[in-house]
Amino acid sequence: MSSTIVSLTDIHKHFGSNHVLDGLNFAVESGECVGLLGHNGAGKSTLMNILAGTLAIDSGEMRIGDRKVAAHSVNDAHLSGIRCVFQELSLCPNLTVAENVRVLHHGLSGWGWRKRAARLITEKLDEIFPDHGIRSDAVTSDLTLTQLQMVEIARAFTEVDVPVKLVLLDEPTSSLDSTTADQLLNYVQTATARQQAVILISHMLGEIVRAADRSVVMRDGRVVATFNRGATKNELVAAMGNVAAETHGSAPARTSNTGELRVDLAVKGERVTARKGEIIGLAGLAGHGQTEVLLEVFEQARRGSSIANGTVAFVAGDRVRDGVFPSWSIGANLSISATPRLSRAGFISLESEAALGQAWRERVRIKTMDMNQPILSLSGGNQQKVLFARALAADADIVLMDDPLRGVDIGTKLEVYRLIQSEAEQGRTFLWYSTELDELVYCDRVYVFRSGHVTGCFSADEFSEDKVIKASFEEVAL
Amino acid sequence: MSPFLAVRTTLSKPWLWSYAGALMVWLITIGGVRGQGAGGIVAAALAFSVFLVLVGLGQMLVITSGPGNIDLSVPSTITLAGVVSMQLMGGASQMIVAGALAAVAVGIVVGTFNYGLIRLLRIPPIIATMSSSFLIQSMAISYNEGARAAPPSTLVAFANGRLMGVPYTAIGVVALAVALGYVTTRTVYGRSLSAIGQNAGAARLAGVRVERTRYFTYAVCAVLAALTGYLLAAFSGGATLDMGDDYMLSSIAVTVIGGTAVAGGRASVPGIWGAALFLFLMVAMLNALGVGAGLRLVITGVLIIGIIIFASKPKN
Amino acid sequence: MNALLQPARLRAALPVLSLLIVVLPMFYLQPQTFSYFGINTLISLAVTIVLATMAQMCVITVNDLDLSIGSFVSFVACVGASVLQQSTVLGIAVLVGCVLVYCVIGMLIEWRNLPSIVVTLGMSFVWLGLALLLMPTPGGSTPEWLQQLVQWHMPVIPLPLVAAVVIAVATHFFLMRSAWGTLLRGAGGNGRALARAGWSLLWARGLMYALAGVFGVLSGLTLVGFTTSADANIALRYTMISIAAVILGGGEFVGGRISPCGAVIGALTLTLAASLLSFLEISPTWQIGAQGVILIIVLSLRAVIGRTRA
Repeated sequence: MSSTIVSLTDIHKHFGSNHVLDGLNFAVESGECVGLLGHNGAGKSTLMNILAGTLAIDSGEMRIGDRKVAAHSVNDAHLSGIRCVFQELSLCPNLTVAENVRVLHHGLSGWGWRKRAARLITEKLDEIFPDHGIRSDAVTSDLTLTQLQMVEIARAFTEVDVPVKLVLLDEPTSSLDSTTADQLLNYVQTATARQQAVILISHMLGEIVRAADRSVVMRDGRVVATFNRGATKNELVAAMGNVAAETHGSAPARTSNTGELRVDLAVKGERVTARKGEIIGLAGLAGHGQTEVLLEVFEQARRGSSIANGTVAFVAGDRVRDGVFPSWSIGANLSISATPRLSRAGFISLESEAALGQAWRERVRIKTMDMNQPILSLSGGNQQKVLFARALAADADIVLMDDPLRGVDIGTKLEVYRLIQSEAEQGRTFLWYSTELDELVYCDRVYVFRSGHVTGCFSADEFSEDKVIKASFEEVAL
Repeated sequence: MSPFLAVRTTLSKPWLWSYAGALMVWLITIGGVRGQGAGGIVAAALAFSVFLVLVGLGQMLVITSGPGNIDLSVPSTITLAGVVSMQLMGGASQMIVAGALAAVAVGIVVGTFNYGLIRLLRIPPIIATMSSSFLIQSMAISYNEGARAAPPSTLVAFANGRLMGVPYTAIGVVALAVALGYVTTRTVYGRSLSAIGQNAGAARLAGVRVERTRYFTYAVCAVLAALTGYLLAAFSGGATLDMGDDYMLSSIAVTVIGGTAVAGGRASVPGIWGAALFLFLMVAMLNALGVGAGLRLVITGVLIIGIIIFASKPKN
Repeated sequence: MNALLQPARLRAALPVLSLLIVVLPMFYLQPQTFSYFGINTLISLAVTIVLATMAQMCVITVNDLDLSIGSFVSFVACVGASVLQQSTVLGIAVLVGCVLVYCVIGMLIEWRNLPSIVVTLGMSFVWLGLALLLMPTPGGSTPEWLQQLVQWHMPVIPLPLVAAVVIAVATHFFLMRSAWGTLLRGAGGNGRALARAGWSLLWARGLMYALAGVFGVLSGLTLVGFTTSADANIALRYTMISIAAVILGGGEFVGGRISPCGAVIGALTLTLAASLLSFLEISPTWQIGAQGVILIIVLSLRAVIGRTRA
């Protein structure tokens, strides 16, 4: 017996002159998992914020159950059983896991609240992610990114006084490794079986195909296609409006390289080497030492040691934390690493800087008319392109990439892959940490990491996804 | 850029409002005293504001270097430099340059010490500069034991002298401000400072020389404070142990009212002069209107809060 | 032993260690200080600084800084020695009004996203000006009842010591253990998360500032209860000391990480350090410098022990 949990009819939403939602019709029934797909800028986040109560609709009708809702607030959403797990984590780092549960539930106070909160979160974590190993009295800032995501997801499913009817998950597996992602997708099935509903926003088409009962594709602020379970990845991609679909696996054959050795770092179990013109992949489950290797190479290169020979540039994966300078323009963000080259006696030549910006805007296809616009006016994918351009404009011998394409739309990804290949052909060395197996086909050599050790090293001919996965899970005696 | 756009861009600059405020207050004052001595008030404003601007420029750099970065050692550095340089010169005109160099040396030592505390001991800037200010103050007290040294007469003449009504010191500090404005916008150091102020981690990963920039910032701030002590002692006829007290809160006030972002990353050099003039003229206006010290302080405080509210946008 | 040497524990022990380093030499040099009378004298005025430190800590919890606490406490002292003396009802009304002003300031800062440094800077001028208006020259006299309350001779254990412990325990219980205090700390840790969970940051900040105001009022009243007269500048130095004490006690400027017990110990350490110096017959010239040295030493130890955030 299913009933409509929430329905949106002809919703319009503007941000200034930007028509973000343009006649959106969307509904969720209990007991179903709805996959939500679309390019960056299609309106998915806005839709999610409207359901969560953090944004108001400009026009249209919103109903929760049978009730027509005029002004939907965050508290309304909570009381209606709607829970959201946003991409940016909503945990307080200074509080413990149990204390963060209290933050979500207004009714969790009074004598013994701490024990109740601890029990709630531990039970839910056990239910969704068996063998999670997370203590409820752990301070949140001590947890890894994966654990944080697990806690946030589990917390969303906890119930104190209001039953959970609908859970929105925005890119929930972006920080999870394959085991926990698997556990989550299994749990989605369990949840829908007991008549809860889940909205799953994901760029991972494999996940959508597996978990969603119904897939909704958004484009330009409205729903353009709906598929039932059984649709193929290609059908979904085609509906999103991207012509260049699956081109993975068509990377050019990598010839063996005898260029100068640029990186020679001893990591437990192996030496990670990289030559001029090579693209080296760092693979494995998320958070197993890959970023540490990148940062070590960065340090060594800056110090001018023999371990990393040459100038170095870094492309951040978490652009808010490690990359973007929010007060600056696009051009200033792009040129910052190149400023020593653009200046004489410490004074920057504005003409050279502008020329640099124009050149890279065209090369990387940054969607803006004016490089003097603030960087935050760009979409996430385009901001990521600027960070790439920054690293490449620095004209460094070694470019380190910290899983920069996580959560980026497929169009941007393909453009960046092309860029990496062409730069490598001209002699640049890339050290590329990626959590997506598809991307590793572009690499000359892949090192697989587990618990800070290198458990596998595959050259381009030896490479296969199965081998990488196997090495990712190989137990390492610590 | 079209003229209309240029005008609009200029009008949106934060520091403009500080000059508007200064102008308004000056108009009220000369209106209140019926136009007498209007020029004199401006000259006095320039003469007295010079010191606050000099200190404020240094504080502005520190504030820009990161959220919540403040140099609290500025007042004690002013005092120590004033005491040391006056004692060294001993009233002799030929020692003027030596005195200035001694002040600069004090500044460099203090700046290095501050930076050392922050970098080596990983102490937050507010606390590091607060701790060192305690030490510096004690040093100034102990150095000052003895007769109060009078500044050399030629230096006093310079510090109080004017060129067509505009104090020499003001001319110098305006030139300094122009230079510093250029530095913060057009040099590698200036970009590095702004980058670090917005996100030090990202700046480092982008290849910015974070530690070098930080050191330079604290050193320059301390040197400017020291030079302020040197000039202020010359201006007032000698160094006293409380000469720096007024500059603690007002150096922060002048930076913020002038449009520099307290969260860091955005320096506003022109605003420092505007804010300093505004503060001085406001005190002068209130004095002219016969307002007592207590009420004057309350009005100053309310005005500072009013200005920052006016310049702010509501949280979305 | 390994568990004992864990960084978190060592860092938590630092405030206690620094207090012992200050206090033990004092008892060694002047054994009579370890007496009812001795402790009473040493800690009496420390309590006022402890209360000011608690006020500062409340503001620091929500990622702000209060540069006006010193002038606020001075103002309250002036009210205590004048208005409160003339009319208890009016005096209390004024003090309640002050707490409300603090609450409004906090809400204003939240609403318009203002930098607290600037706003409290402005307020420091306001409180100082009001104090000068109330008391242009030092004077006034504290009401009898307040003097007796604050200087009450408690049997066995001196009142100031008990007061310090009670303040620490009560604040710890509220901010660290209770559901509402945890929420307020969360506002400092990730305000956006709280807003998303349906809480009002306006009220969170307003409440913490109001609490700071309450502590500030208590600080001023106890101060004037001891000194029996007041002047507008009497507690201006409390601003710097309170910030130093919160940090010394393990608090951090950003992130909502504070330690009420640590802050109390930090305040006691810094105040007693001045007494220690006079016992050591170090010239008063260096008393202020010594406080700087203590801070530097404790913070370097903290850096050596483990990761320092802030």
